Amino acid sequence: MTASSAETRTVKTPDELKAWAADVAKKNKEDAPVVIRVSMGTCGIAAGTTPILEALKEQIKLQGKEGTVKITQTGCMGLCHSEPSVEVVDVEKGTSTFYGSLTAEQAPALIQAGTDLAPGVKVVDKIWYFPEEEENTNGAIQARVVLRNSGRIRPELIEDYIGTGGYSGLAKALTEMSSQDVIDTVTESGLRGRGGGGFPTGRKWAFAAAQNNEQKYVICNADEGDPGAFMDRAVLEGDPHAVLEAMAVAGYAVGANQGVIYIRAEYPLAIERLQIAIAQARECGFLGTNIFGSGFNFDIDIKYGAGAFVCGEETALIHSIEGKRGEPIFKPPFPAIEGLWKKPTIVNNVETYANVCAIMRKGAAWFKSIGTEKCPGTKVFALAGKIKNVGLVEVPMGTQLRDIIYKIGDGIKDGKAFKAVQTGGPSGGCITAAHLDSPIDYESLRALGSMMGSGGMIVMDEDDCMVNVAKYFLEFTLDESCGRCTPCRIGNKRLFEMLSDICHGKGTMETLIKLRTLSETIKDTALCGLGQTSPNPVLSTLREFRREYLEHVLNKTCSAGVCSSLIKFEINDKCVGCTMCARNCPANCITGEKKGKHVIDQNACIKCGVCYETCKFHAIDKK
Amino acid sequence: MGKSCSCIGCDGVLEAHPDAKKELEAYIDSLPIGDDIDANRGYLIQSLHKAQDVFGYLPESVQLFVANKLKIHLSEVYGVISFYSYFTDVPVGKYKINVCTGTACFVRGSMKILDELSRHLGIKEGETTEDKRFSLGGLRCVGACSLAPVVMVNDKVYGNVTPQMVQEILNDCE
Repeated sequence: MTASSAETRTVKTPDELKAWAADVAKKNKEDAPVVIRVSMGTCGIAAGTTPILEALKEQIKLQGKEGTVKITQTGCMGLCHSEPSVEVVDVEKGTSTFYGSLTAEQAPALIQAGTDLAPGVKVVDKIWYFPEEEENTNGAIQARVVLRNSGRIRPELIEDYIGTGGYSGLAKALTEMSSQDVIDTVTESGLRGRGGGGFPTGRKWAFAAAQNNEQKYVICNADEGDPGAFMDRAVLEGDPHAVLEAMAVAGYAVGANQGVIYIRAEYPLAIERLQIAIAQARECGFLGTNIFGSGFNFDIDIKYGAGAFVCGEETALIHSIEGKRGEPIFKPPFPAIEGLWKKPTIVNNVETYANVCAIMRKGAAWFKSIGTEKCPGTKVFALAGKIKNVGLVEVPMGTQLRDIIYKIGDGIKDGKAFKAVQTGGPSGGCITAAHLDSPIDYESLRALGSMMGSGGMIVMDEDDCMVNVAKYFLEFTLDESCGRCTPCRIGNKRLFEMLSDICHGKGTMETLIKLRTLSETIKDTALCGLGQTSPNPVLSTLREFRREYLEHVLNKTCSAGVCSSLIKFEINDKCVGCTMCARNCPANCITGEKKGKHVIDQNACIKCGVCYETCKFHAIDKK
Repeated sequence: MGKSCSCIGCDGVLEAHPDAKKELEAYIDSLPIGDDIDANRGYLIQSLHKAQDVFGYLPESVQLFVANKLKIHLSEVYGVISFYSYFTDVPVGKYKINVCTGTACFVRGSMKILDELSRHLGIKEGETTEDKRFSLGGLRCVGACSLAPVVMVNDKVYGNVTPQMVQEILNDCE
């Protein structure tokens, strides 16, 4: 699949766009009756989708099914727990089956079966299916607005996007609405920034629109930095045109004719697909001059990040685009007044933009019908950690955490006990079992001492030490602090040292008091969002898991068995001398005769826990 | 490639790699660089990406070359390189071993894997072995969370890594 094989047309009017969409729909109906969509996002490829794709292609040839089975390469389907995965679509009936955990050996059965159920291949649980139409959400926990095309269309072919109604939102905005109408629609929809802060998008646009300046900018923040989130990458890899279309809509609304996508250099596949998409959009006339004959001009540039979490903060991001160190500055002035190159600028994140096209197409009332009153719409989460079904999940706002973890995620791995779920990444906090019935929205999560963040959702079980988790996030912030303001640069360093002391058994009750006081000081005094939220993981674990901190400080133990200074492994009398532990020990510190009790040399032990995990006789105690 | 003298940008890297220099120069010349230094600065990060792409790292001579081309000061170029973790001014090993330190991998024990790799290679995170064969580093979420913990060696992904697998991974690098 290359860009050159894509069909493009020059589109000058909304009617031409409609005609193209109708042609695509007709072509899809008449094409092969069976379509196999292969999930080819970065994650799918990492999990080994490429050999599956080759095997499927080969089988189609071998079984002579070139005319009846068509293979398409799509973006991420979100089924991380079942990669490599494919979707087999019955084109006539409009139904589909998802198969997961595929091996190349299963390709013959899959091609043979066509739309019938392929024997011996894992079928993905129905709860992970998305209805084909967004409205049709009866009974389903998941709803698809942002990820509507991801995993469904071929991201490198603009005609697939056109076939789903692509660019009709832009057409409507440019030919039927005034700039003010667009802003009013977005304001009325109640859409709030999905990057984490939750600022009303319409209001942000209105600020920038009110500026009397010839040059304004529209920026897409694709510098996804939360170390446990990848939904923006899924959208960029699976549905890049949605972002371009929405940016053009935003440009029209605020009076900007230049867009910039600021993307992480670590996302090469997303960059490649964006470049292809931009070239196609220019060729078709969706970017460039006089779009849809409206006189509106708009173009988009890509700028690359270079690995700095703080560049997710909008003023830091703007500095980075200007080629400077990505340090944030004090607001106001807000970027909507004085942003990129000192011109009025709006910065929205990928997921926010992905919502905009749907709102333009279907209206504010439709959008408000999803989610809650204060937080309409959906939110995408990257569900991961100690959960059975890891994946990208999109749910209406207001969904309970319990439903996500136990229904969609199917509960905790290996029968362990749930301990906490962490949202908001390094700026968020841990939510305990007592609060699992809370609805997910900006306010509820904040009330629980966490935050929405960009959408990482990490589940932890009884084997996770919460002090160590807090230390992990602090280490991240420490690494990513730009060093501009003292509370963040030095304060977080001190917090990290205190947490390290506690994990090494050197903490006292005084350390705990200092930990809280300093955390609150940093929260109140740091310059930007990164610093102000950096103590959140500490404060939330201190509050919710005080017992664990006390245990580390008073008893010098770590009941989760994580903090290596506080634990030791010993072999008990259940040892039968199978030598399994000795053979697996990477430090070679276990000795003993075959069929005799083994001994661990405590001085050489690196406390990696391999013996504990490999022993089949419960002969190793973790103390 | 050792330093012949101690003056700025005299490490000889540009002279030793004329093709790489030519490629970088052609790239920067294709950008609309003018006399407006603020505007030129907007092209700095992408130029550095290109430079690191062709040279593998950003030695002083390359930094100076980029600075002169964009008409900005070397100190600014260095300021940017030292700020962003993607850029490095020291050469990296043939095998870049990166352990995912994203949250999902962390809760599934990626730190143990990092410790184990570090023990085997005798280097710490962010360092390169003396024979320039291995570099060890951390990596933020690669998005293969179902395979956690994940280790990447150059472009190859290893999933569900356990401390016992470390030796195997290193053996694969032969």
